[in-house]
Amino acid sequence: MTLVSGWGRFPVVDSELLRPRSFEAVGEAVVTGSVARGNGRAYGDAAIGAIRTVAMTGFDRVRSFDPVTGRIRLEAGVLLSDLIDTFGPRGFLPFVVPGTRFVSVGGAIAADVHGKNHHCEGGFGRYVDSILLRTGQGETIEASREQNSDAFFATVGGMGLTGVILEATMRLRPVETGWIRERVISASDLDAAMRALDAGDSATYSVAWIDCAARGSDLGRSLIYLGEHARTGEIADGAGAFPAGKNPGLAVPVDLPSMTLNRYSIRAFNELYYRMGARRAGGGHVVSLYPYFFPLDSIADWNRIYGRRGFLQHQCVIPELGARAVLGEILDRVARRGDASFLAVLKKLGQGDGILSFPLPGYTLALDFPVKGDILNFLDEIDRLVVAAGGRLYLAKDARQSRATFEAGYPALRRFNAIRKSLDPAGTIRSKLSQRLFDEV
Amino acid sequence: MTSRKSAIVLGGSSDIGRAAARAFAKAGYDVALAGRDVAALEPDAADLRARYNVEVGLRTFDVLDTASFEGFVSGLAALPDVVISIVGLLGVQQNAESDLAHATTIMRSNYEGPSLILGLFAEKFLARGSGTIVGVSSVAGDRGRASNYVYGSAKAGFSAFLSGLRARASRGGVHVVTVKPGFVRTKMTEGMKLIGPLTVEAPVVGDAILNAVEKKTDVIYVSGKWRLVMLIIKTLPEAVFKKLKF
Ligand SMILES: Cc1cc2nc3c(=O)[nH]c(=O)nc-3n(C[C@H](O)[C@H](O)[C@H](O)COP(=O)(O)OP(=O)(O)OC[C@H]3O[C@@H](n4cnc5c(N)ncnc54)[C@H](O)[C@@H]3O)c2cc1C
Repeated sequence: MTLVSGWGRFPVVDSELLRPRSFEAVGEAVVTGSVARGNGRAYGDAAIGAIRTVAMTGFDRVRSFDPVTGRIRLEAGVLLSDLIDTFGPRGFLPFVVPGTRFVSVGGAIAADVHGKNHHCEGGFGRYVDSILLRTGQGETIEASREQNSDAFFATVGGMGLTGVILEATMRLRPVETGWIRERVISASDLDAAMRALDAGDSATYSVAWIDCAARGSDLGRSLIYLGEHARTGEIADGAGAFPAGKNPGLAVPVDLPSMTLNRYSIRAFNELYYRMGARRAGGGHVVSLYPYFFPLDSIADWNRIYGRRGFLQHQCVIPELGARAVLGEILDRVARRGDASFLAVLKKLGQGDGILSFPLPGYTLALDFPVKGDILNFLDEIDRLVVAAGGRLYLAKDARQSRATFEAGYPALRRFNAIRKSLDPAGTIRSKLSQRLFDEV
Repeated sequence: MTSRKSAIVLGGSSDIGRAAARAFAKAGYDVALAGRDVAALEPDAADLRARYNVEVGLRTFDVLDTASFEGFVSGLAALPDVVISIVGLLGVQQNAESDLAHATTIMRSNYEGPSLILGLFAEKFLARGSGTIVGVSSVAGDRGRASNYVYGSAKAGFSAFLSGLRARASRGGVHVVTVKPGFVRTKMTEGMKLIGPLTVEAPVVGDAILNAVEKKTDVIYVSGKWRLVMLIIKTLPEAVFKKLKF
């Protein structure tokens, strides 16, 4: 057995970790209590098998690529970072990228990840045309919107619970450059932030970084980053069409003592971050795609700054109507606690595509908390606000929500469960997350 | 005809072989992958073509079948610019201590076969007056250890072969690179206890090989830390070394 955890390093549990080398070996590896694992960037317990975890990053081959249309067939373990480095210079990028590029294609499909463009372009699954799925029942099927469509829509956002994605065919976005034309807007409070995001609806990319240490009349003050792909004529003279992507340089070598992160250091950091960003506000400028999309990737193993006990991310989405009041209430409680995240992220989402996809039209707020003290109780209270507002939590970030919260947030769950059952009548595919939230016990 | 450079990878299905092939293809080389099971290499060939838009060929090659070597080399449509041998077999030391057949296979896979095939390429390269030869040896060849001296001694032989070949061939415009990767996370080392800070991933080795070829480096340890570790291990007096357990 091996100790396995997600990116948040909570919980840490025993699971047998297997690295199959062929699709046949994947089939043999899947026994009762298994789930696939991509690059382990889900925060909680989604990518940990109840008994056995099947690592997929060894499957990193591209099968075919059409340089005219950008259609690509690849194995599910290919990382988005690899796709960007390989096809970016050839003029193609993934349509949707999350806040880290170190996720696998399989993990991105299973979580139907959203990027800064979800409000206008949808999630990762929208650009996937078909998948090769090894079901819990032991069959290998091709699934698309037309063929085995139930399996397709249950797998997009299905957190690995329909089976193991072996391959996918998807579309890449043609781009002229690897640069982003960015505009920063500073918002002095939550109302201004939400207005700025609404006004940014027509921007391809938009996201707000909230200073969640700010309170009172500053509550919700933030920096809104809007972005568009830069055309060839818009990049600086002498800059290459595609910027070089650096490997994470600085690594956090050890777990920092949890003392390092306290209400003072967090407040100071937020203050500094806000001021530095506010100075950049106003006119547009062009930045490399790497810092624009993946600000945290430049520090390897940054999850260690939260100390050995790990941390929790709480990401909810609140439907548009009534969102202002609930978000204000959550932010106020977080600010009053004082030990919240370095940074909170607020952005708008559109309709999700998969049956269990997280996004719904509204605002999503993501917060980090170190695991300590009464944090679990505190988050349960926040969950009650989310549920009352008709919202839900993101499974890729979750390690602790209750069954009741989950069931209230995902009304399509029954349909998902029926499809899951038909693909896997014996209940072979089980993760720690599915044991916690889905499976009858 | 293109004027692109070309590389052939012997042992193309290994993790380091795949990584090296990717590094060279990414740098614009046409690549040939050689291995026992050509069908198993087809997905890797497709991967390289799709990613880098280069020509990729497949060749059957068995390092134990030395009789086939002459035919293998003369059968190549064109002599490549770079030949890279990644072939090797770790084997099981304990079995090799009593099973002569197993010991022989380890010795032949790590020393005899790789040396003979690279020697043949060297003759062709020297006749042409150019070319680069890369042999992936091992830090295990720097000093025999109780826990893997059958493998280590074969790698030692291979390292010595490469250094002698380098001395001779350099006068004829042919460069020889010896690669000592240290611990690499691959199929070969799966399940073994590797020392984290001394362990690298296969792509790091692939990039290091390309870099050594382009910069004409003679011997690379991939992770610089290994040079120091092996310096210490090599200079320990035998009386001390034999008492150490590792
Ligand atoms: C710094 C950071 C920023 C992030 N930002 C965002 C963001 O902006 N938007 C967003 O949506 N997410 C974000 N995430 C979450 C991340 O995108 C998802 O958790 C993603 O699923 C991780 O992919 P992975 O390959 O690491 O998968 P893992 O974490 O290994 O697995 C995640 C899920 O996918 C399943 N899975 C993985 N591979 C397969 C496969 N081959 N077949 C079937 N199921 C599979 C697993 O079973 C599991 O349920 C962020 C994470 C981090 C660490």
